[in-house]
Amino acid sequence: MRRRWIAPSAIVWLLVAAAFFLIPLLATLLFSLRSIQTNKCCTGAAYSLIVHDHQFWHTIRLSFLLSLETIGISLLLFVPTVYWVHLKMPRLRPVLGFMALIPFVVPPIILVVGLLNLYKGSPAWFYDKPYGFLATAYVILAFPYMYFALDAGFRSIDVHTLTEASQGLGASWRTTLTRVILPNIRVAALGGSFLTLAIVMGEFTIASLSTFKTFPTYIQFVNETQPYEAAALSLLSFGIVWAAMLALLFVGRGRVRPAQVAATR
Amino acid sequence: MLPFFAYALAFLFIPAGEIIVGAFKSTHGGATAEHVRQLWHKPFLDQYWLSIKISLITAGGGCLLGLAIAYAAIREGTPRFLRTILTTFSGVAANFAGIPLAFAFVATLGTIGIVTTFMRDHLGFDPYEHGFTLFGERGVELAYLYFQIPLMILVIAPAIDGLRREWREAASNLGASAWQYWRYVGIPVLLPSFLGAFILLFGNSFSAYATAYGIAANGISIIPITIGFYYSGNVVNDPHLAQALAFGMFVVLAVMMILYIPLQRRSARWMR
Repeated sequence: MRRRWIAPSAIVWLLVAAAFFLIPLLATLLFSLRSIQTNKCCTGAAYSLIVHDHQFWHTIRLSFLLSLETIGISLLLFVPTVYWVHLKMPRLRPVLGFMALIPFVVPPIILVVGLLNLYKGSPAWFYDKPYGFLATAYVILAFPYMYFALDAGFRSIDVHTLTEASQGLGASWRTTLTRVILPNIRVAALGGSFLTLAIVMGEFTIASLSTFKTFPTYIQFVNETQPYEAAALSLLSFGIVWAAMLALLFVGRGRVRPAQVAATR
Repeated sequence: MLPFFAYALAFLFIPAGEIIVGAFKSTHGGATAEHVRQLWHKPFLDQYWLSIKISLITAGGGCLLGLAIAYAAIREGTPRFLRTILTTFSGVAANFAGIPLAFAFVATLGTIGIVTTFMRDHLGFDPYEHGFTLFGERGVELAYLYFQIPLMILVIAPAIDGLRREWREAASNLGASAWQYWRYVGIPVLLPSFLGAFILLFGNSFSAYATAYGIAANGISIIPITIGFYYSGNVVNDPHLAQALAFGMFVVLAVMMILYIPLQRRSARWMR
């Protein structure tokens, strides 16, 4: 017996969900449109202040470049590793899978304590630079998401046949990896990259405790004196996550795995 | 392959080991259990308890509400596009956390937030005069639910898909009531996934720092906030105590992980 109409209780639950999820977004939008002088709606002053703040451009550029660097390092580290494990050492797969669960036990707030203590005396070009210290920490944060995305990608292709065919035609290991394997796992690599982008653009804990000025710490800084601007920036941040997730859906063409949750809270 | 293991060693395993070792070191260099022993006393014991309480409440609430909403979207009769919208939105909302989420809630339910002023001016009801405050435990829990519920929806949806229609038909052909179907088929199949999701959500909220910091700054005494406080430089610098606090979190999360892995295996059984 197939039910043709939507169940009444389902309508109620979905309406409750819609209210809970949409009201804060709508309220943030209205809040960001309030005027500083009158505290009334509606003016775009908060937005115009933001785009004229060079700190805004500086921090959002830094966060974006950091996410590109993190994606680059992650792909360089993880693609050859996952490839090699699938090809030669399938027995190591559970080990890697277990390692990818470790960041769950060592969340950012713990990781940053360990990293700060360990690398306190390290050279300034690493410890004092966001592109050094922060980027290395972000690669660790990205590791589980990158790994599970790549692992799924490699599972869906026939690594052995592709490698043998490529090498039978005289290709070197490097050519095989870049010209044969990489195009075949492109979707998985892009998926992991968009998740990494979303993580790095929103990461606050590590950046704040190691006193770097990234986009999220800038939002926090703005909020201390200008709450309406902070609301506008929060909305922008939501837009960035939307864009990353839509890009993820688009490259995955609906084959998106459920466990794509990456934010650091 | 070797670079990968070297990297994980240098930036994940050694820092984690450093915390465990550091937690048992005294300020002068010798070994001591003094810092770890302090975790069992005030104020830290209360802070762990508050952290655990918030995590239990938001994991429990997130699991139940997420399950109800996911089931409402997936069950027969609900148009397919509603499910697509819900899971897409959940993917975004589960990733929308930290500082921006905190400020979205301040803009909504803060003292001059949109919903607060609307209630005050138009409904004649000021929630802040009736014991509500966003800047305490309840407020932080409310904000956490904004990422906990979507995470539950994403995690539990495949398990609900695993409840096959044929089982329901078979049960009703054999004369089972709806209650009997849930009691003997539905709940036992969903239970491992549900418990696994509960642990995931618990850890998710237990290790959260930015959201609580954005809402209440140092006004809420949960363990991650205390650790952050020790590193912001305006407190007596005692790195070993911070390490001991991090070590305590690590132990709680490790126990969760040990419980999680077998549940994960069991719940994979009915998934398509």
